[in-house]
Amino acid sequence: MALTGVEIFKLLPKTNCKKCGFPTCLAFAMKLAQRQASIDLCPDVSEDAKQKLGEASAPPVRPITFGAGDKAVKMGEETVLFRHDKRFVNPCAFALEIKDTLSEADISSRIEEVLNSEIERVGQRLRIDAVALINDSHDVGRFEAAAKIVAKKACDVPVIICAGNPGAAEAAVKLFVDKKPIIYGANSENAEAMANIAKTYKATLGVTASSAFGGSGGGLDELSTLTEKIKSLGIEDIVIDSGARKAKEIIEDNTLIRRAAIKKNFKPLGYPVITFAQRGDSLIEALIGAIGVAKYSSIIVLSNIEKWKNLALFTLRQNLYTDPQVPMQVEQKIYKIGEPMPDSPLLITTNFSLTYFIVSGEIENSKIPSYLAVMDCEGLSVLTAWAAGKFTAAKIAQFIKESGVENTIKHRELIIPGYVAILSGAIQDKLEGWKITVGPREANGIPAFLRSRAA
Amino acid sequence: MAFTPPKETYIGRVHAVTIGVGDKTVTFGGENVLPFHTFEGIAPNRPVIAYEIQDIPPTDWPENVQKPYEGVSNDPVTWAKFCQDVLKVKAIALRLIGTHPDRENRSHEDAARTVRDVLSAIDIPLIILGSNHTEKDAPVLVAAAEAAKDRNCIIGKAQEANYKTIVAAAMANNHKLIAMSELDVNLSKQLNILITQMGFDRERLITDPMCSALGYGLEYTYSVMERIRLAALTQNDIAMQPPMLGDIGMYVWKVKETQASETDLPHWGPAEERGMAWEAVTAMVLLLAGAELLIMRHPKAVEVVEKVIEELI
Ligand code: B12
Ligand code: SF4
Repeated sequence: MALTGVEIFKLLPKTNCKKCGFPTCLAFAMKLAQRQASIDLCPDVSEDAKQKLGEASAPPVRPITFGAGDKAVKMGEETVLFRHDKRFVNPCAFALEIKDTLSEADISSRIEEVLNSEIERVGQRLRIDAVALINDSHDVGRFEAAAKIVAKKACDVPVIICAGNPGAAEAAVKLFVDKKPIIYGANSENAEAMANIAKTYKATLGVTASSAFGGSGGGLDELSTLTEKIKSLGIEDIVIDSGARKAKEIIEDNTLIRRAAIKKNFKPLGYPVITFAQRGDSLIEALIGAIGVAKYSSIIVLSNIEKWKNLALFTLRQNLYTDPQVPMQVEQKIYKIGEPMPDSPLLITTNFSLTYFIVSGEIENSKIPSYLAVMDCEGLSVLTAWAAGKFTAAKIAQFIKESGVENTIKHRELIIPGYVAILSGAIQDKLEGWKITVGPREANGIPAFLRSRAA
Repeated sequence: MAFTPPKETYIGRVHAVTIGVGDKTVTFGGENVLPFHTFEGIAPNRPVIAYEIQDIPPTDWPENVQKPYEGVSNDPVTWAKFCQDVLKVKAIALRLIGTHPDRENRSHEDAARTVRDVLSAIDIPLIILGSNHTEKDAPVLVAAAEAAKDRNCIIGKAQEANYKTIVAAAMANNHKLIAMSELDVNLSKQLNILITQMGFDRERLITDPMCSALGYGLEYTYSVMERIRLAALTQNDIAMQPPMLGDIGMYVWKVKETQASETDLPHWGPAEERGMAWEAVTAMVLLLAGAELLIMRHPKAVEVVEKVIEELI
C-alpha cells in the first residue's frame, strides 16, 4: 500500500530548507503522497529513504510488457479487487497452447488459427494474444524445431516458452531475442539456471510452485519464497503460477494473491498471474477461462480456440475491463454508412458504443446508404439517456441544427428510435420544417424498415 | 518471506431459502463468504439452476434452444414432466408469458389453471413468473399464488410499481418472493425494505437486481451483484442479505450472438455452440458475482455450469 503523507514526512530531512520548491518538508510529503511530485526534487534525502519510498510507490502488481512491437501485451498494474472500486487496468491475454509433440503441419495450422483469430467488437480489435509452446516431448531438439516454426510463422506474436528443462528453454529462447518472451517453468529445482537464461535473453520468467495440481496455501508460500529468490538473482519481470488448476483453487489462489499484493503490499506475490485453463471439454474450458478473466488472471492458456469460444471470452474480457464510471463511447458526429447521397435517409441515435455499433451494423445490413447522427449522451443507451434527460427533444433539435447536416442533405426528415416515439411531436415543434419519423424499436427491424421505404 | 494468507472475516450472512415440499425441496444461499470463498468461511448450499418453461409454445425462442424441447414444449405440463423425469432437473421456472397483453393476453384464470396443472404433474419445486408487465402481473401472480397455495413456490417478480398486491399474495399462500429492481443497489435495497415493512419475512425474499447478457450490459449486473453481496457480508446490511437470482435465459437468448447464423457471420463460428457458450458464460460469471439461483434454458449449458459448480464447492 502507498505511504501516507505523514509516513513520507518521517523519511524526509525535516529541515524545511525549501530547495524542493515547497515551503516545508510536510508540504512536499503531501504532494509525494498524492504522486504529484518526485522525490528527486529534494537534494538532501537519504538513499535509504529513497529506496523505501521507491518500494512503497511501486504499483502493487508489477507492470510487465509481454512481447514486442504492435502485438505486445501489457500486464499487471492492477490496483483493486473489485471493478466497481476503480477499473481493472490491463486486460488479460489469451494464449493458445502448442505442444512440440505435434507434427509440423499441425503446429503451423494452430499458428494460423492464432493469426486469424482477430475479430472486431464494439470498435475494438480483439484476438488470441499469444502462443504457449510446450515442451511436451521433453526433448530439446524437438522443442527447438517447434520453436523455429513458431518464430518463423508467428514472428510478432508474444510467446511463452514452457519448459522445465533449462537446456530446452535456452534452445528456444535464442530464437526470440528482443521479443520479450516469457520462459515458464522456473521452480525450486532449476531456479538458478532458469534465472540466468532469463537474464541473458531479457525474458520474463514464469515461476511455478511445485504443488501444481494439488496446492493451495502451501503453494503460495512456496511461490513467495521462489519469487524472492529469483528476484535476488536479478530478475525483476516475473509471472507466477500457484499450481491451481481446479476452478475452486483458481479462485482461492488468485484472490489471495491479488489481496496480498494490493492490501498488504506483499511484494513476493505482486506479479501477473498465469492460469492454465486447458480442459478436454471445450465448453468447460470456456468457463474456466471465464473464471480467470473475472478473477485476476493476467494470462489464460487455452487448448483450443474455436471461434464461438473466442467470441464469448473476448466479449467477457471487454465487458469486465471497461471503466465502470465511463461507458465506452463513440465520437459525436454525422456518420456516413455506405455512400449516402443528399437524398439518403438520416437516422439518429446516442453515442453509447454498443448502441452505435448495433445500429450502424443493422443499417449496413440494409444495404441502404444512410447518414447516422450520433449525439453525445455521455455514453448512455437510448432509453437510459432519455430517462436521464440527455436525449431530449430540445437537445436533439439543437444537435441537428449545429451539426451542419442541413448542408449535406436536401430532405428534412429525421428517423428516431422507436423506443422514444414519444419525443416525435416535441422534436417536430423545435426543428422547424422537419418531419420526424418513428423507426422500429429494435435495431434488427431497421433493414426491413429502410428497405420498405426505399421500395 | 513467509506468506500469511490474507483471509477476511465477514460479519454478515446471506440467508438460506428452501423451496418445494416433501423430499424434493432444494435450499440455496446461507453462506457467510463471497462466492466460492470456502477457504475463509462456509457455504452450506450449492447454487440452484431452474429450467425455464412457459405457458405457451416457445416460438419466440431461437431454434437452437427450442430444439431440446421439441415435441414437449407445446404444452407446459408435458414440458414440465420432461424436465423433471428426463432431464432430472432440481427446479422448474414457469414463465406465464402468455398473459402479456402484447402476446396472447391470457387471463389470470388461465394462468391459475396452468399453474395447477403443472403442479399436479411434478413434485419438484416450482418458480412462478409473470410476463414482466407490471400491471398485468399483479392479478396474474395473485391468482397463481393461490393456485399454488402451500406448495412453497417462489412467486415473482414484485417490482416497485406492483409489489403490494404480489407481496400480500405470496404471504397469504406461503410462498417465497422475488423482488426485482433495475440495476441499482439502492433501489434494490429500498424495495426489500418496503416489502419487509409490509410484514413479509425478510428471510423469504430473493433479490433480482436485473440480469443482462454477456456483451449487453453484463458488467452492470456483475458489479451491482458484487456490491450487494459485499454490503451483506462486510457491513451486515440485513436489507441486502437475500440470495440473488440471475434470470439468465430470457436475456441471453434474445441477443444476436445466440441467434445469427454462421453463414451470415462466419467469423463467429457455429451458432449452436455459440448460443450454449453465451448462456453458460453469462451464468458462470453471475455465479462469481453472487447469484445463488439461476434460471436457464439450454440443457447443455446447464450441464457444463453444473460441472464447474461441482469443481467450485
Ligand atoms: C444498462 C442500463 C443502465 C446503465 C447504463 C448503461 C448505458 N451505458 O447506457 C445504468 C446502470 C448506468 C443505467 C442507469 C439508469 N437507467 Co438504465 N438501463 C440499462 C438497461 C438494463 C440496458 C440499456 C442498454 O444497454 N441497452 C442496450 C442498447 C444497445 O439499447 P439502446 O441504446 O436502446 O438501442 C437499441 C434500440 O433503442 C435501437 N435503437 C437505438 N438507436 C436507434 C436509432 C434508430 C433510428 C432506430 C430505429 C433504433 C435504434 O437499437 C438498439 C438495439 O435494439 C435498460 C433496460 C433494458 N434492458 O433495456 C435500463 C433502462 C434503459 N434504464 C432505465 C432507467 C430509468 C435508468 C435510470 C434513470 C434509473 C436508475 N436506475 O438510476 C438511470 C439513468 C442514468 C443516469 N442518470 O445516469 C429505464 C428507462 C425507462 C424507460 N422506459 O424509458 C430502463 C429501460 C430500465 C427500465 N425498464 O426501467 N441504466
Ligand atoms: S528540499 Fe528536502 S529537506 Fe528541503 S524542504 Fe524540501 S523536502 Fe525538506
